[in-house]
Amino acid sequence: MLEIKNLHASVDGKEILRGINMTVNPGEVHAIMGPNGAGKSTLSNVLAGRDGYEVTQGEVIYKGQNLLELEPEERAQRGVFLAFQYPVEIPGVSNIYLLKAALNAVRKYQGLEEVDAIDFLTLVRDRMKLVKMDEQFLHRNVNEGFSGGEKKRNEILQMAVLEPALAILDETDSGLDIDALKTVAEGVNALRAEDRSIVMITHYQRLLDHIVPDFVHVLSEGKIVKSGDKELAKELEKSGYSWIHDAPEGQTA
Amino acid sequence: MTDQSQQLESITQKEYKAGFVTDIEVDSLPPGLSEDVVRQISMIKNEPEWMLEWRLKAYRHWLTMDTPEWAHVHYPEIDYQEVSYYSAPKKKTDGPKSLDEVDPELLKTYEKLGVPLDERARLAGVAVDAVFDSVSVSNTFKDKLAEEGILFMPISEAIQEHPELVKKYIGSVVPHKDNFYAALNSAVFTDGSFVYIPKGVRCPMELSTYFRINAANTGQFERTLIIADDDAYVSYLEGCTAPMRDENQLHAAVVELVAMDRAEIKYSTVQNWYPGDENGKGGIYNFVTKRAACRGESSKVSWTQVETGSAITWKYPSVVLQGDNSIGEFYSVAVTNNMQQADTGTKMIHLGKNTSSTIISKGISAGRSQNAYRGLVRVGPNADNARNYTECDSLLMGDTCGAHTFPYIEVKNPTAKVEHEASTSKISEDQLFYCKQRGLDTEDAVSMIVNGFCKQVIRELPMEFAVEAQNLLGLSLEGSVG
Ligand SMILES: Nc1ncnc2c1ncn2[C@@H]1O[C@H](COP(=O)(O)OP(=O)(O)O)[C@@H](O)[C@H]1O
Ligand SMILES: [Mg+2]
Repeated sequence: MLEIKNLHASVDGKEILRGINMTVNPGEVHAIMGPNGAGKSTLSNVLAGRDGYEVTQGEVIYKGQNLLELEPEERAQRGVFLAFQYPVEIPGVSNIYLLKAALNAVRKYQGLEEVDAIDFLTLVRDRMKLVKMDEQFLHRNVNEGFSGGEKKRNEILQMAVLEPALAILDETDSGLDIDALKTVAEGVNALRAEDRSIVMITHYQRLLDHIVPDFVHVLSEGKIVKSGDKELAKELEKSGYSWIHDAPEGQTA
Repeated sequence: MTDQSQQLESITQKEYKAGFVTDIEVDSLPPGLSEDVVRQISMIKNEPEWMLEWRLKAYRHWLTMDTPEWAHVHYPEIDYQEVSYYSAPKKKTDGPKSLDEVDPELLKTYEKLGVPLDERARLAGVAVDAVFDSVSVSNTFKDKLAEEGILFMPISEAIQEHPELVKKYIGSVVPHKDNFYAALNSAVFTDGSFVYIPKGVRCPMELSTYFRINAANTGQFERTLIIADDDAYVSYLEGCTAPMRDENQLHAAVVELVAMDRAEIKYSTVQNWYPGDENGKGGIYNFVTKRAACRGESSKVSWTQVETGSAITWKYPSVVLQGDNSIGEFYSVAVTNNMQQADTGTKMIHLGKNTSSTIISKGISAGRSQNAYRGLVRVGPNADNARNYTECDSLLMGDTCGAHTFPYIEVKNPTAKVEHEASTSKISEDQLFYCKQRGLDTEDAVSMIVNGFCKQVIRELPMEFAVEAQNLLGLSLEGSVG
């Protein structure tokens, strides 16, 4: 599904990602953990194609294709979804309007007709149950006046409607109380599928109690310094991030 | 420059999709303006003596006036002796005979704008009878209005058929001395619409130039007069969203609205005239005087405008709130791109007691354009408890355009409450990226964000018009991307 090879990227001439290697197969859930400033959001932004990041070395292959040469919308249409750490407000644009436009953009790429109004509503209502969202959310402006938890649930709703092949969740757990965290986790778990890969970025271990990953990677100073299974997360929980600097893989300066 | 802003740049470098020329023969007067020309126009229209006298009075006054120079717009001086003041299309027998003969690209633009099929044909200059039975369509419509006693006709026809009404109201809101362009218009206006809604009648349909016959050539100097008598209601849609075949440089219209006791008039405009090319060559100078008198108590007038076209727009639809408890509203979206200049806004003149007004203005600037809001809120000494709320928001696309706000507030009554809010924002790269990450291309993303920004205004438009306006906003900022 996704193969990241020796990826280096910089912002304003400052190198942030310093040689990332990672392979994600269909159906797998990978967790990327790391302290603030490690480069987690940078990695997700580079994968999604945001402006302002310069890839200086390495490559990213998605479904056999060079991902880095595609426009952000082309990546999205091909099934790459990013749940944002800070979802943006779009005044005057209703949630349902954006959802429909997004779904139709993906369908257009797939050679399908625009979604029928009734089918769309049926689909959206069904997916809203996954994240326990009230229908009135559909008619509110995108993220405007949403609480932190509502914004995150809304991201997962979009994911549920768009059914991406690769979902990157950037700190979807941060700022959530335990109930909201459970709701979001249940939503994501319901979306786990054999043909769908999920890359979950988080600062805290607690999310991984609810969404159990197949693999855990530790990102520090732009590099993956340790990879393992879910037990690795528990270790981190116990000893914090400071030990990684002493770990054999952590060849940081 | 970042990729994003380069993309924005190219997206806003759109071409005018409707810059087509239709060759039709016209009857016209040679260029130049004199008393003789005014007399000739009046004669061609077979006008009564009082109308001619009124025109001449305006013309003589115009001679004493200077071009206004206070607006935030720049253009070479206009030579009024170079302009032809009368031009009427001959029979369109030389035009295309059916839609099959019309440029498919042009039809696609109309389709994109949501212009009804019949209207597309008319705009493309197809001989109307060849396409659809205009007579029966307009007759059904006319019969229905006649049953209610509603008058809706070209003003030239009203001058013949209802001189007493025209005489009573014309110039009563915008006097011929009002300003340079209003004086010029009063002297040489060729046609326009006339609407009268009798007491207690709610006009059962939106009145629009789409239904109006003789609408194909509205000319440079349009004059519109709408009167809603006591307890009457009318919603009027001006122009059409589709491009006009208008080769003239100067467009100086006058629109007068009169609302009597408890009457309500909604006036909606979507203006998409030729804006000139990206270097500022060509395009319409749109110098329009629009004013409403809320003459009766508890009367109400709402102006809603979406202005995307013209090289220069100079226009301040205003409301004089004479009647106690009367209400004035102004909702505006003005989009400028490339070298376009817009200086637009409103005047709310509070004279009666408990009068209130609302002003919502949304300016969107792209390219090297200049977009100014200019608004006056005046509260007279007798206007106890007058209320005004003004909100002016500007959206900048790129960093070579300009947005300006000139609010003027004059309050002569201590009980008045006047509120003003203003904001300027740039279209945010975060918003664009968010939409693109959801699969929307740059054009669709820009269109969605801009439409969201304008929502407060768009929702004031009648349904069909709103859809057209939304498409138009997208089109106006569309580029050659993709
Ligand atoms: N746009 C930017 N300009 C300058 N520095 C940036 C920018 N974005 C991120 N950085 C820097 O890159 C590093 C990694 O940031 P980020 O990827 O957001 O970390 P994380 O998501 O792991 O907390 C930080 O040192 C941050 O300051
Ligand atoms: Mg982050």
